[in-house]
Amino acid sequence: MSTTNHQSTHLSNVEAVKLVASRELSVRLRSKAFLIILGLTAVIFAALPIVLKLASPGTPTQHVAVVQADAAYGQTLEDVAGKLHQKVSITVVPDAAAGTAAVRDGKADAFVTAHGADGTQVTVKKSLPDSLNTLFAVVGDATAAPSQHVQATPLEKSDPQQGQKIAIAIAAGLLMYMILMTVGQMVAQGVVEEKSSRVVELLLATIKPWQLLAGKVIGVGVVGVIQLIVPAVIGLGISMADGQLSVSLSASVGSFAWTLVWFLAGFWLYAMIFASAGAMVSRQEDLGGVMAPIIMPLVAGWVVAISVLPSDPHSSLAEVLSFVPLTAPEIMPMRWALGVAPLWQVLASLAVTLAFGVVMLRFAGRIYRNSVLRSGARVPLREALKAA
Amino acid sequence: MSDRRLEVDALSKRYGDTVALDGMTFDVRAGEIFGFVGSNGAGKTTTMRIILGVLAADGGEVRWTGVPVSQETRSRIGYMPEERGLYPRMKVGEQLTYLARLHGLGAERAAAAVREWTERLGVQARIGDEVQKLSLGNQQRVQLAAALVHDPEILVLDEPFSGLDPVAVDVMSQVLREKAAEGIPVIFSSHQLDLVERLCDRVGIVRAGTMVACDTVDELRASGGEELLVHAPDAGEGWAVGLPGVTVRGVENGRTVLALDEGADDQAVLAAALATGPVREFARRRSTLTELFRHVVSADATTSGENEK
Repeated sequence: MSTTNHQSTHLSNVEAVKLVASRELSVRLRSKAFLIILGLTAVIFAALPIVLKLASPGTPTQHVAVVQADAAYGQTLEDVAGKLHQKVSITVVPDAAAGTAAVRDGKADAFVTAHGADGTQVTVKKSLPDSLNTLFAVVGDATAAPSQHVQATPLEKSDPQQGQKIAIAIAAGLLMYMILMTVGQMVAQGVVEEKSSRVVELLLATIKPWQLLAGKVIGVGVVGVIQLIVPAVIGLGISMADGQLSVSLSASVGSFAWTLVWFLAGFWLYAMIFASAGAMVSRQEDLGGVMAPIIMPLVAGWVVAISVLPSDPHSSLAEVLSFVPLTAPEIMPMRWALGVAPLWQVLASLAVTLAFGVVMLRFAGRIYRNSVLRSGARVPLREALKAA
Repeated sequence: MSDRRLEVDALSKRYGDTVALDGMTFDVRAGEIFGFVGSNGAGKTTTMRIILGVLAADGGEVRWTGVPVSQETRSRIGYMPEERGLYPRMKVGEQLTYLARLHGLGAERAAAAVREWTERLGVQARIGDEVQKLSLGNQQRVQLAAALVHDPEILVLDEPFSGLDPVAVDVMSQVLREKAAEGIPVIFSSHQLDLVERLCDRVGIVRAGTMVACDTVDELRASGGEELLVHAPDAGEGWAVGLPGVTVRGVENGRTVLALDEGADDQAVLAAALATGPVREFARRRSTLTELFRHVVSADATTSGENEK
């Protein structure tokens, strides 16, 4: 008898991880839970801008104050506005002080202080409505440098696109919270499924624990990215097509790109923690207990972010939490979208989060390796952390 | 081919204060079916897990063709864990393909191997069904297919016969014989000693983490000495007690089973039996594996009985 031809070749690390990841991906993408959640978020994000639009009243009449000397200019404004199908009413005020007062009291949306070759200068309460911005630019002196066409001086410090920024921030935070929560639990459940069905022993007889863990995390991570991109693209697309978002495309895409970067960092971190939690128990029923402490910072981060940030973007609590690795992935993208986080803060916090992720990788790898083959009662954390 | 041996050399393993393996040593040669027997907790599963690398030994070594077993060698072992395990919600075909590919088969070869083994084991009709929808017996067949689908060089099967119906037992036996005939070393553990006796070329009996007897079935049975089977219906209980060189092993279907020491006089036993009345049957036989197993394992029962996990 001769031995048969054994042509099987040993898998490289990359091949092993790729096989595990693609199994994970194909199983997840076909699961009903994934399709339902994806459909749900897509619908929510598609509906959000539409609902916002329906909720917001039609374009009201804008009031513009001009001084006596500019009465003719005011007339031009009104005429051009008519052609642009904008409703603009001009109030002539006696002097600059009265104009500023009118703006402060909300009687006028803008007070034109100067117009000419240096562009149009207006005083506004918080921000210049976009329709007026367009109007001033059209009426203004075309010889002015483009950046100086319209210069608005707010009386109260504010961002002209604050509302939209808040909307984008909330959307980013909500997506992050929902997806980290679902894919994190997906990782934990996936680990427990392999443990409770005992298939893990068969798998670990041919591949290494870290290959299995890495493949699983990458596979689920791709699922998360899909869950993130689909609703975000739908939401952004609809808002833009609808003209609701005047925040420039690059700014929205920038916020979205940062959200994606933060998702990857946050997911990596949380996936490690969720995976070690999963490895410590043998049954799905026991998973809740070990997941609770992990879910807590995730929920806390979101609650703080949603309750504090929209009204107070500069909140120092949010600022602090945006540097804490477990809450940073939710809060930092929101602060970025709100425009209150300078780039250095984002990068610094990202570095902290990634560094923490590296530490977690070590611990999670150890916990996973030590616990994943132990069935029965929950593996105590101290034993799971013991060096193998 | 003589060097194609799986050598288990002086493995030791402790769990805290519990000694699971203590110098476990044996080898399985190419083309040989090796039966691994011992009571629960003797260390069979631990040994197999160490061979597969899912557990690390505290000491000792496992070698294949003289070289310590590496992850690469392990991917060419077919393994059936004691705790059966497959993804319950994955389809049979996809699952087997996945496992074959994890063992290094290309996509096409994996698909062909899955077809071949599901047909051989009679589960080809269930290839598109989720594993959890299969009967227990069919799940076992899929589990065996999972051990065979990558055309392994070595087979390590932990209790492959447990939970199988008689037909499946025959299929399994047939497969093991074929694989051995291909020149593959096959090691399996079992509590079904009659099966072990029938199938195995050699048998290793483990107790408390140590190999206590390891030889061919014939040699093992011969080492157990000879037994006398006496059917004396009118004899009272304990009629043979005290006869020189005779140990009473028990009663089997009304027949008294006696072990004879070397040089003991069987004619004296016959005379003693006849003294009680008629003797319907008086036969010599070699010990069965079961008898020997009981004898070997109970020799020092106090040290065994630990949990294997």
